[in-house]
Amino acid sequence: MKAAILGKKKGMTSYFTADGTHVPCTVVEAGPCYVSQVKTNETDGYNAVQITFDEKSDKNVNKPLKGHFAKAGVKPAYVLKEFRDLQNDLKVGESLTVEQFEVGDFIKVKGTSKGKGFQGVMKRYNFKGVGMATHGQKNRQRHPGSIGQSSDPSRVMKGLRMAGRMGGDTVTIANMEVVDVFPDKNIILIKGSVPGTRNSYLEIYK
Amino acid sequence: MTSLQYIEQVAKDRVAATKKAKDGDKYQEFPEFGPGDTVNVAVRVIEGEKERIQNYKGIVLGIQGGGISKTFNVRKISNGIGVERIFPFHSPMIQSIEVLSKGRVRRAKLYYLRGMSDKKTRQKLANRK
Repeated sequence: MKAAILGKKKGMTSYFTADGTHVPCTVVEAGPCYVSQVKTNETDGYNAVQITFDEKSDKNVNKPLKGHFAKAGVKPAYVLKEFRDLQNDLKVGESLTVEQFEVGDFIKVKGTSKGKGFQGVMKRYNFKGVGMATHGQKNRQRHPGSIGQSSDPSRVMKGLRMAGRMGGDTVTIANMEVVDVFPDKNIILIKGSVPGTRNSYLEIYK
Repeated sequence: MTSLQYIEQVAKDRVAATKKAKDGDKYQEFPEFGPGDTVNVAVRVIEGEKERIQNYKGIVLGIQGGGISKTFNVRKISNGIGVERIFPFHSPMIQSIEVLSKGRVRRAKLYYLRGMSDKKTRQKLANRK
């Protein structure tokens, strides 16, 4: 991992390039993140950097976390995330900003997708539904169809795709292009859509 | 100002700056227009290396969206065939918009003009009392 930052999805808008191409992009408020802990192979068994994002006031922090933040000398924050094997030599208290990313970089974006609730197989797995709407067919337009064979094996196979909870998963999207970076406003513009709702947290890294 | 509004403003300013750099003195902001108006849209057409202006004249059927993604739909009859073109309002490919005549309409979207003859359309948009 060369660079990492935490951000908040703010919504989508468009950008025009000079030749008139319309580029859809997502606005993400990212950073500044502060290093709250550096884990090393000797002390923790693996190399990682823990960073904070999204400041919160002192009164909303519980005592154990308060001590953790005080030890690192950083302000309390809503999000603490670890990134494994970050290449740059970071020290506790150092900041990470959007300046790590450049226009044209290809990055990975990780977030939690929007929850869709309990959904049928057509929406959840793109099944086609059963048969036709007419010719005596009744009540089965959005059904999954057969879920098994006969008296052999006499059971439903494990992992068969059925209706159930959809969304709310951790989703990583690779090869997303950085359209623009605004270091003074802590904003990064990413081409295309990213997982999650507005104001949901995102991990951005390359 | 939220970050989304800030980015939209930056995008708009950037388009205006590229247009100013290209057009120089000829640069002007778009006039106000609405559905029913007859407009002439000067569109940049890139042919290989060269760039030229192509005029597209027609009736505005409606305006969709807001902010940077605002678009408008212009309908004209070209050689007897109805043509509708949707322009992004903030696209750098639009050099200028000229309002040729105002139409008196009572709707925001004039999709009912689609089936009408030229004469009927003219009568519909006329400024009657």
